[in-house]
Amino acid sequence: MKILTGNDLKSGAVVWWTGNDWSLHVDQAVDVGDQADFLAAREDAARRVNAPYAIDAARDADGIRPAHIKDRIRALGPTVRPDLTLKPADPTAGNWVI
Amino acid sequence: MGDILRFRDDQSVDQPSVTVDSFLDQSNSPAVRIEPGDDARDLLPHLERIRLVVVNFPSFGDGRGYSSARVLREAGFSGELRAVGDVLVDQIGYLRRCGFDSFEPNQPLDPDDVENALNRWPDVYQPTTDGRTPIWNLRHGETKNG
Amino acid sequence: MYQYDHYDQAMVDARVEEFRDQCKRRIEGKLTEDQFKPLRLMNGLYLQLHAYMLRVAIPYGTLSGRQMSALGDIADKFDRKYGHFTTRQNIQYNWIKLEDAGDILAALAKVEMHAIQTSGNCIRNVSSDHFAGAAADEVVDPRPYAELLRQWSSFHPEFSYLPRKFKFAVIASETDRAAMRLHDIGINIVRNDAGDLGAAFYVGGGMGRTPMVAPLIRDFVPLDQLITYAESCLRVYNRYGRRDNKYKARIKILVHELGAAEYTRQVEAEFAHLLEQGIEPPIAELERIRTYFSSPAFDLDASDTIEQSDPDFLTWAERNTHPHKQPGYVSAVISLKPVGGIPGDATADQIRLMATLGETYSFDELRVTHTQNIVMPHVRKSDLYTLWQKLDAAGLATANFDQIGDIIACPGLDYCSLANARSIPVAQRISERFAANGKGDALGELKLKISGCINACGHHHAGHMGILGVDKKGVENYQLSIGGSEAEDTSLGKITGPGFSEEGIVDAVENAADVYLAQRQDGERFLDTYRRIGMKPFKEALYG
Repeated sequence: MKILTGNDLKSGAVVWWTGNDWSLHVDQAVDVGDQADFLAAREDAARRVNAPYAIDAARDADGIRPAHIKDRIRALGPTVRPDLTLKPADPTAGNWVI
Repeated sequence: MGDILRFRDDQSVDQPSVTVDSFLDQSNSPAVRIEPGDDARDLLPHLERIRLVVVNFPSFGDGRGYSSARVLREAGFSGELRAVGDVLVDQIGYLRRCGFDSFEPNQPLDPDDVENALNRWPDVYQPTTDGRTPIWNLRHGETKNG
Repeated sequence: MYQYDHYDQAMVDARVEEFRDQCKRRIEGKLTEDQFKPLRLMNGLYLQLHAYMLRVAIPYGTLSGRQMSALGDIADKFDRKYGHFTTRQNIQYNWIKLEDAGDILAALAKVEMHAIQTSGNCIRNVSSDHFAGAAADEVVDPRPYAELLRQWSSFHPEFSYLPRKFKFAVIASETDRAAMRLHDIGINIVRNDAGDLGAAFYVGGGMGRTPMVAPLIRDFVPLDQLITYAESCLRVYNRYGRRDNKYKARIKILVHELGAAEYTRQVEAEFAHLLEQGIEPPIAELERIRTYFSSPAFDLDASDTIEQSDPDFLTWAERNTHPHKQPGYVSAVISLKPVGGIPGDATADQIRLMATLGETYSFDELRVTHTQNIVMPHVRKSDLYTLWQKLDAAGLATANFDQIGDIIACPGLDYCSLANARSIPVAQRISERFAANGKGDALGELKLKISGCINACGHHHAGHMGILGVDKKGVENYQLSIGGSEAEDTSLGKITGPGFSEEGIVDAVENAADVYLAQRQDGERFLDTYRRIGMKPFKEALYG
């Protein structure tokens, strides 16, 4: 599947397109199919998200898994600071990235 | 093509500018256009018959035009020096300091933004030919200019 | 250290207002991201993996207690309670909001700090020797020249849209503690036979994709022509540096493609022209700046002995101090490399503690090194034990300066959008391995540097051992290089062979270290043994 991601313009937070809004959580991302370019241009012009782009991802038992390690790190947070990720209570959350 | 923002009192040149190659090849045009890859020093032997030099900025990130401008002003060129192309209000201040006195940007400039940009800096660190006294001279007895 | 006068303050304040206005126009949509990006980069604001990142300038690595404390407060108020000290003597905050950027720059301006030109295709922070003003072997303190270059390069109207970034380093000793020849322009302040001070210019060094050692362009520029010569070097670069290919746009490529002789010829021609323009500052300005760098009021009767009762303290004192020109004093190195820690990171509380310690024990002065540690330049030997106890209580007293545990690492793929692999976990695993096997002391001086991508922000080319993280079909992979040096014996490391997994690279580093331990002769460092025996024994140990 193809999902859309970027950084929130004002806060810089990593966000994922849910179909009608931008979420901090990759598991809420939707398959944008061939609408990626259109949505990216529209949302960039609306100035909520900065530099949106489409990536490959797959749905698995845990949720949505971006194809590339860089986007998995964006989805979770820095693997070397579990306390600063979206899952601070789980010290093994970084394993999902690899 | 936007409007021309001009900081000169004299009459502007009406004729279209020619390329450096054309100009050097016996053109009578008083207006020459410099591209980023041209060498402004090619014009130095002919400055007295040039009234307008147009410097093209195809992309504002290509800063060669700033050196072209200074080279011409340092050689004593006193005609109109115009920056055209991808010129934003955020570059106006530096362009003025390098010697540009007119602008023809792709997108028109907001006059308030231009005013803010030009009045932004109370002083300057380095000398150019714009005559402003740099801070390191003001500190040691010189007075402000420009 | 230098203090702003009203002119300097007004420039920094104007810059804050300019950037506030630019942020506002971006948020309102009057500027696109393509138009805004170069402007925000010239104020040190990146868009990284997790958030905006702000790189604050620490000019030639020098700051006061008050400034260091403000950096801690910014980490608390605007970031997530920590900062990262970089390989160019700056500090980075990783979790910045665009809407806060103006307020952060205003908070910095209050303590005479800024983020001006810490990114973008312009002249960056001028770096220098972290032992400046203290080391016995310096010809003169190099920092006044760095300060003069800072002012000259700030808001330079001709050189703000260069082909690529531009980095200066200034030293004033034969020993190179600032990787001077690996900069776009490296300057060494020297004395000629007549005893006059002048600047030797090395132009065209750098790391990244195509690392090069800068050739000497001019062996002696008189001090009253320093700025004119620098301007000449920059103008030739601005006019003729490549703009067709981002990876061939640094000045090192221009110097290499023209050849040093032809580049020099063009610079000298421009220099002759610019001398007639009279752009040099008055020599009185250099003299004015120098007055801020005179020696502090040293206690001339300071005791030359240190506390002997505590073996842990003695180990730290032996490893983490550098000899001082003034009897009874040393320069002390605060390690930001605890075992298993993140190299260069410090919490807001640690930053504020270092500020207080700098005020109390080092004449209110601190330095950031390009190896991501903090130096207290002027510490009385009689204060050293008390200082160590306070550092130790805060986790800042790891006794590993210039040893294998003193790892230099870029933020890597955990933070950086340019990275191909994570660098920090590799640093942590290696640090833990060598703490466990106890070989760190026996290995002695061993400079290990890790970069998460070819941009080489971890300076891996200049490591005695260097590690480069790459992306091998979506999986992180690590290449090992040996034999680099950032000192005056400047050299670039050579790759050993095929890369390793994350586990594999830790073993590889230990195997390479074991080759040295087995083969070294008297007094040889790791680097010396490698230079004597070559790559072959290492290849055999690594690949069988």
